[in-house]
Amino acid sequence: MAEEKIFFDNASTTRIDDRVLKEMEPYLKQQYGNPSSLHDYSEKPKKAIEEAREQAAGLVGADAEEIYFTSCGTESNNFALWGLARAYRDKGNHIISSATEHLSILNPLKELQKEGWKVSLVPVDKYGFINPEDIKKEITGKTVLVSVMHANNEVGTIQKIKEISKITREKNILLHCDGMAAAGIIPVDVSQLGTDSYSFSSQQMYGPKGAAALYVRKRVRIKPLLLGGTQEKGRRAGTENVAAIAGFGRACELAVNEMDSNIKAISKLRDNLMEGISSKIKNVKLNGHPVKRTPGNVHISFKFIEGESILLMLNLEGIAAASGSSCTSQALKSSHVLLAMGLSPTMAQGSILFSLGKYNTQKEVDRVLKVLPPIIDRLRKMSPLYKEQKKT
Amino acid sequence: MVMYGKKVMDHFMSPRNVGEIKKADGIGEVGNPVCGDMMTFYIKVKDNKLEDVKFKTFGCGAAIAVSSMVSEIAKGKTIDQALKITNKDVADKLGGLPKNKLHCSNLGADALHKAIENYIEKQKNKK
Repeated sequence: MAEEKIFFDNASTTRIDDRVLKEMEPYLKQQYGNPSSLHDYSEKPKKAIEEAREQAAGLVGADAEEIYFTSCGTESNNFALWGLARAYRDKGNHIISSATEHLSILNPLKELQKEGWKVSLVPVDKYGFINPEDIKKEITGKTVLVSVMHANNEVGTIQKIKEISKITREKNILLHCDGMAAAGIIPVDVSQLGTDSYSFSSQQMYGPKGAAALYVRKRVRIKPLLLGGTQEKGRRAGTENVAAIAGFGRACELAVNEMDSNIKAISKLRDNLMEGISSKIKNVKLNGHPVKRTPGNVHISFKFIEGESILLMLNLEGIAAASGSSCTSQALKSSHVLLAMGLSPTMAQGSILFSLGKYNTQKEVDRVLKVLPPIIDRLRKMSPLYKEQKKT
Repeated sequence: MVMYGKKVMDHFMSPRNVGEIKKADGIGEVGNPVCGDMMTFYIKVKDNKLEDVKFKTFGCGAAIAVSSMVSEIAKGKTIDQALKITNKDVADKLGGLPKNKLHCSNLGADALHKAIENYIEKQKNKK
């Protein structure tokens, strides 16, 4: 307990980089002007936003004019779906997406259905991969848009976006890609990926909360979600969160510069944690693909026990992680991602996500590996399911 | 974590009466892993009193704390007294449970009652 806290929940958010915070400070203090004003107060904030736009564009291989700032990843995904659907309503009424998308995709799709859109969700395999052929099969003359996440936020599976965009390009259908769990973490190039829009968020890459972006390819039409002034070329009205956007920009720049070394270091920690858990604890299952996963993702199911209990005990040891168990969700539903991958309800209940980031160390991995086995053992000894297993 | 009170955390971290009773006089099971929680209660009865109560639980912090509290309340009680324990009593004794856990995890009294019913059933069969 006296030992330092360990944050292995970088998929939920990340610690802000000091260099990012420094970038933001002036806009929270003396540079408080509204970027839309005409007087001198607007000058630096306006410049900061345009610089951030360049930096964000640089991260995903886009042009600055293709970047629109929003308030969060959820807004970016909502903006993409509603905005593209409304702009291209004359072309059809069908959207294709997948079963393991984030709720900021799945829930807007449910609303769009109420407005007359047809939605097809393609399944995933046991690793969480979409088969691009399944998307191809769903395409009809009415299909307007395909929306697929780049990397899965729970199990870290990286989708074959290039293969999917080959199909959408061929059929002249739009492709939106939710890049929240990928941008800033793995290399992203929207031209290479072939997506028409791409959403990404600041808080996943050591930037502040309150800023995110949507890339929209030139000549692609999109209707605004927020109506008002002419900020973001009228596509996203509302006074800009200057400090957060400036910080986001800096975070994008740092992510570009330090991507290779971060991937190398974080992947090593991930592999050590995965191997350590597999060798020290019996009856565990790694969820997601062994290799084609994001660098910091360790998603593991512990048989016979439930995730919230594990999280509680880890938390008492100062270790922060997440779980796909229904008991940990406010809705009391097991992770739709894990169930779509075919995990049994028990295995979904016993799942833990350790998501590592650039501030984590081998020392922390070692401590988790020391603390975790007795926790698992203790809970298993309490479990009626464990006993049944021993008998057979 | 902020969601649970002191009493719940105490019973979660140091659960009373975990385990099984060999040759139990009654066994009761509620829940299933699909809904999240599963509890098995074992009782030993002597002179119409619950001489021993043990449990095994698969589930969240609340489920484990509830099981522990039920076992503590029930131990030493007469069959009639034990049958009067309600899930609400258990939650109250724990100083309350988060709202969303009241239905799914607060099944301890049900599991205990099932164990008692199992005991009563067995007694009838003996006669």
